[in-house]
This record gives sequence, C-alpha cells and structure tokens, in this order.
Amino acid sequence: MNTIFAKRRNRLLAMKAIRDNYMSGEKQITCPKCGQESQRKTVSEALSVCPNCGYHWPMGAYHRLSSILDSGSFRELNARLTAADPLAFPGYRAKLTAAQKKTGLNEAVVTAVGAIGGRKCVTAVMDSRFFMGSMSAAVGEKITRAIEFAAKTKLPLIIFSASGGARMQEGILSLMQMAKTSAALAKFSEKGLLYISVLTDPTTGGVTASFASLGDVILAEPGALIGFAGPRVIQQTIGETLPEGFQRAEYQEEHGFVDAVVPRGELRETLSRLLCLHEKGGRV
Amino acid sequence: MNTLTAAERVAVARHPQRPNITDYINGLFTDFFEQRGDRFSREDPAILGGVALYHDRPVTVIGTRKGKTGEESIRCNFGMPSPEGYRKALRLMQQAEKFHRPVITFIDTSGAYPGLEAEAKGQGEAIARNLFEMSRLTVPVISIITGEGNSGGALALAVADRVLMLENAVYAILSPEGFASILWRDAARHEEACGLMKLTAPDLMNLGVIDGVIPEPEGGAHTNPVQALREVDRALNRHLTALLKSSDLPAARYRKFRKLGVPGKEEA
Repeated sequence: MNTIFAKRRNRLLAMKAIRDNYMSGEKQITCPKCGQESQRKTVSEALSVCPNCGYHWPMGAYHRLSSILDSGSFRELNARLTAADPLAFPGYRAKLTAAQKKTGLNEAVVTAVGAIGGRKCVTAVMDSRFFMGSMSAAVGEKITRAIEFAAKTKLPLIIFSASGGARMQEGILSLMQMAKTSAALAKFSEKGLLYISVLTDPTTGGVTASFASLGDVILAEPGALIGFAGPRVIQQTIGETLPEGFQRAEYQEEHGFVDAVVPRGELRETLSRLLCLHEKGGRV
Repeated sequence: MNTLTAAERVAVARHPQRPNITDYINGLFTDFFEQRGDRFSREDPAILGGVALYHDRPVTVIGTRKGKTGEESIRCNFGMPSPEGYRKALRLMQQAEKFHRPVITFIDTSGAYPGLEAEAKGQGEAIARNLFEMSRLTVPVISIITGEGNSGGALALAVADRVLMLENAVYAILSPEGFASILWRDAARHEEACGLMKLTAPDLMNLGVIDGVIPEPEGGAHTNPVQALREVDRALNRHLTALLKSSDLPAARYRKFRKLGVPGKEEA
C-alpha cells in the first residue's frame, strides 16, 4: 500500500544523488592520490572510489544515502531546518544562501529514517561541500533531533561524520552543539540502543570531540583524516613536519579509536551485519 | 560600570597576575587533597584536581592550571590539557558522583593542546567522553570561567548546572587569533575578531550560554585578588546552596544545553 510513495521517495533520492555528482562541463575527474583520469560517471557509479588506487572522494549526503539505504526506504527528517544567524555575523546570511544554491542542500547534514537490509534505522549524513561540514546550531539541532527521534522510536542510529569543525560565524553557539549532541547521546545510550559512528574524510574539530567519537561501534573509511586539531595547527604548534599517515583512519585504528576501517564498497554490508548482530538475540 | 572593549577584556583575562586555580583553591577551600593521574598512563599537570572542603562541605574541585612563573608554565604546558588531563578530570567527577560530592570546576585555558602526543592519545575522544558523562552526573556541577575559556578544551569541564563567568573573563569557540586565522587567514586581525565573536560575559549572558556574571574589582581581578575571591565565593556559595535543594539535576542540565542554538526558519 505504501509502494507508490516508496517509489516516489526512491526516485527523489536517486535524483538528489545524481545532483550530488553533477559538475557542469566536467566529464573527467582526476584522482588526487594517483593522478589517474577517469570518467566522472564511472567514478560515481563506483561510489566515488578511484578505480585505479581505491582513493575515496568525499561523498555527497544524498549520494551516500542512496548507496546505503534500501531502495524506497528513505524518508528525510527536518529537511527544511536551516541555519539562523545568531551572532548577526557580517556576510554570513549571504554566504549561507550561496552555499544552499551551490549544493542544493539546506545545511551540512541530512537526517533520515530508512532501512538497511530490511532493518529500520535513523541516519544522519554530513556533507563537507556545505561550509566544509562545519557545525552550525542547525546541524547540532538536526543531529540532536535525529538522536531523540531514534530514542523515542527505539531505532538504531548511524551517523556519517564529515566536518572541518566549528562554524566560525556562529561562534560559541557552535561550541554548545558539542554538549547538546553528546548529552542527547548519553540519554540515547541509557536506553540500550545501538549507535554506529562512521568517520569519513575529513572528521575533525568539534565533531570529533563530540558525537563522532561516542559510537558503540566506530567505523572509518580508508584514508580518512580523523583528529581533533587539524594538521596545520599541529604543525604550527610543534614546528616539525608530521609523520606519514598521521591522523588517517588506519592510524586511528592502530591507536585504538576505530573498530574497523571499512572500504566504501563494503559499508552497506558491514552496517547490515552490525544491525543484525544487535537485534534481540542477534540472530539472522 | 565596565567600559572595557572585548579586545581589552581578552587582555585582562590573560593577565599573568590574574588569580589562578591555585589561588582559588588556597583562598576558598580548606583541606585540599590533590589527586593525580588518569590511572591509564600519565599525570597531566595542566589540570589540577582533588577533594577539599568548601564551607565545611566535601566537594571535588578541578581546574585548568596556567603557571605563574616560566618554569611552572612549562610544566603545566601553559594550561593546555592533554587527553590524560581530561581523563583524570572525569575520574575525579565520577568519584564525586560515587561519594555524592558537588563538582566545582575552574576554567582558564587557551584550549586543549594541539600536539602529536595528544592526538595519538585521543584528544577528541577524551573531550567527547567528558561531555557525555558530565551531562548525566546527578551531583551539582558548577563551572566558573575565570580567565579565558577556549574551545572544546574548556567545554570539556563546563557541562554544568551553572556556568558562571568573571566579569572580564572570555569564553569562545577558539582564541581570537585562531578565529581570525581560520576565517581571514590573518591572525593579526584578532582585535576585529574580538568584536564579532560575542565572547564577553555580558554577551554570553544575553545569548543564554552562561548563568551568571561575577563582578571584578575596578581594573580587573589582578588589581585586588582578595576582593575578587570574595565575589567568587559569594556567587559560588549562593548557586551551590540553591542547587543542593534542587532535584533531578541531569534533566534540568539537559534542558539547559538542549535549548542552546535556536534553529532558523523551517519553511523553505
């Protein structure tokens, strides 16, 4: 009975996913790691992974959702919630409008209810194209609402982080989102519900120092930069060049902060297995 | 009437002779017993903490420590804590929970330390864990920002029922120099940043981020530390007395942080 709506939702998500990969005039894309040129379309179909070296490009939120969720299961939450300008910061509103126009996103995170392998879950996906995925009060609010919704409906929660850190133009209110989201996760956790945090390139600053680091299970994409302070700041502080591979996903796994580094092509299957393992009795 | 500009307040907040955590502990508490170490790997002197009596009541007191002499500053890493420091603070807060002691934190830090070692030990995870756990402590938690409170490094000790600030203290997402450097790639524009960041106590009171402003003597707390401490004592005592009578503090604390950051329009 839901099929018409499911089909429509599926079509809508597919269209938004295509838009995530659209760049006018550019049919070719060059891998920043190995330098190989590939067809943009080929790369997009391979989940934005370089066919030659396996480099993971940052992925648009809708493209990500379309690659993770069962087809037709996507239902967006609080889609129209956008940033305010709490500090009346000069030029901020204009920059927001420009970012919205350019990316087709309302904010740096998309939250949704969906299913993976038939198991319902709440997901939040950050998008680094919008203000570098920085944490505005609206981002904090959308994530907090998603956490609270998951707690209320007793659903597992999956957050894909991608963030350059704080939203400078919202100052202290950006900082407060760290406390807000972490407190919401504490309440969520007390209900015995599962939270899987997926760290993608880049996950830094206030996002690392709040919800991204609080998963029951923490996964990371290969090569993702993950850390609190950014490499440039650290380099300035210590005055030496940073070691090869510093703050990458593999480094974080080695240092005990990530359960597993999972290539993008295996993420959906891994998440599906984890949701299954955490169901009552853990049976398939 | 305080007529200092935001940039002038930043300078007062960083004054080397401004009362620090050691002065507050010596002046306001008795029988302080320092507790060291995170029980995993290291003692971080950038955070000082322990148990003490406050008006004859046992409390846990924790604060970031900037040194006053060059030697002390180096030992304390200029008040920039490492993950071990935050984990020690969490250990002490959870002990306060066990023994039903209020938690009082004093904050004066330019931020969490951005170094190789700190990253390797999980600076982000340590801060996140503190935010998570502080939000659900059932004992009263009061945080006082006494100098500068920057970044997640300050917030990691400030998920409190009452967040108070000294009149000339500043509280911000990061230092004005860092702010200018990130936004305009020009750290020299820090004074301009001060004016925009809303980092002074009255600004933060207006935004609902803090719950009270503690008056300072004319010219700043360093000009008359005795009077400054007396004002801190008065505010602390008043808020603690009120909190000890309240029930279900975690729920109230959750509501307090939950409402910070009002979303914009919801209609596209």
